[in-house]
Amino acid sequence: MIALLSRDLALAIRAGGGFGLGLAFFLIVVVLVPFGVGPESTILSVIAPGILWVGALLACLLSLDRIFALDYEDGSLDLLATAPIPLEGVVAMKAAAHWVTTGLPLTLAAPGLGLLMNLEPAAYGWLVLSLALGTPALSMIGTFGAALTVGLKRGGLLLSLLVLPLYVPTLIFGAETVGRGADGLATTTPVLMLAGITLATLALLPFAAAAAIRINLR
Amino acid sequence: MSLWEYANPQKFMQTSAAVLPLVWGLTVLSLAVGLVWGFFLTPEAVNFGSTVKIIYLHVPSAMMAINAWVMMLVTSLIWLVRRHHVSALAARAAAPVGLTMTLIALVTGAIWGEPMWGTYWAWDPRLTAFLILFLFYLGYIALWEAIENPDAAADLTSVLCIVGSVFALLSRYAVNFWNQGLHQGATLSLDKEENIANVYWLPLLICLAGFVLLFIALVLVRTRTEIRARRIKALVARERMA
Repeated sequence: MIALLSRDLALAIRAGGGFGLGLAFFLIVVVLVPFGVGPESTILSVIAPGILWVGALLACLLSLDRIFALDYEDGSLDLLATAPIPLEGVVAMKAAAHWVTTGLPLTLAAPGLGLLMNLEPAAYGWLVLSLALGTPALSMIGTFGAALTVGLKRGGLLLSLLVLPLYVPTLIFGAETVGRGADGLATTTPVLMLAGITLATLALLPFAAAAAIRINLR
Repeated sequence: MSLWEYANPQKFMQTSAAVLPLVWGLTVLSLAVGLVWGFFLTPEAVNFGSTVKIIYLHVPSAMMAINAWVMMLVTSLIWLVRRHHVSALAARAAAPVGLTMTLIALVTGAIWGEPMWGTYWAWDPRLTAFLILFLFYLGYIALWEAIENPDAAADLTSVLCIVGSVFALLSRYAVNFWNQGLHQGATLSLDKEENIANVYWLPLLICLAGFVLLFIALVLVRTRTEIRARRIKALVARERMA
């Protein structure tokens, strides 16, 4: 499993595209928002938590269809399915690789973008914490969506339609954590809910995703 | 005699053909009685005026929008466990009906909301949850349409339906947390006090029955269509082989 993870990471970093692309996309989304709503810093600081979270979510979405598509095309997914490690483990490692290449950089870059969005100083810690807690769930849910659409020729648009409604609870609790942190309110409930969603998706969705891949490889 | 007899498409076609006229008759009867009674023979409410009468479309369609998804969940589970094709086709047949019911509930709610709340749309938890349900229906139908192999499509949509159910429920309570509600509490209830005057209650109940029957009738018709389409495909394939 470690070998699989390092293989996916090496592919993502060396083969180009995936690694920096999500980050650049995140930057562009956040930079575009002030052009849309105007440069008043009071408005920006109010909408900053939501924009940062939606931006991170869209950046996550961008690289989802790459998770299985290349392996499916060149046949390595068949090999992985017949390998001695369970397919659930393969799926979990794929999600982990996706998180390391998108979720983790997004989490680390978010404070810098928060500066652009005039985020309240009190909210920076919560922003990093909520993204660190929430993005693994985004990667895992996205991996499930990618597993559902792996056999399709043009699955990209369908993938977004399937995955975005599933992202709603994570987005709500993530943005709520940052928003409450900015207002100096208690953040225990949304943080716990966010952590709960992440743990539950990590525990259960590999089984659903592995089932979907088995069906697609049949 | 067991329920699983109807998993045989032949048996299902025979029984549904026999039952359908009865279901359609009862549907038309109960909807005609319920809607005419509700629209023309009930008094106008003190606070709401005549807008109260939209309840006869709004509440039943909202109820069926949720029930249709539950029915799809049950039939998806039956398909995954027992591999009965009729079950998978029934889930496929129910999805567009559920989508339409969700749309009716959203539109009638918006029409009612304009004079009452002063806005067509508010980001109220119930409204938002329904919009999310609408998106789930869209994704489910799109996945059915996208996959060519019918068995793989049935399997994958079933998995999506199960996962989607969990997330739809989660979203329902997450949006509760996210915003305060404008929508009033439950109108009808089995165990709590009901928020509806007696004059409106009986026609509403008839309308609810009418919508349940309408849903059953539409799903039966659509399932029969799906089975026939499947048969045509099999016949064409056999012709080509010969």
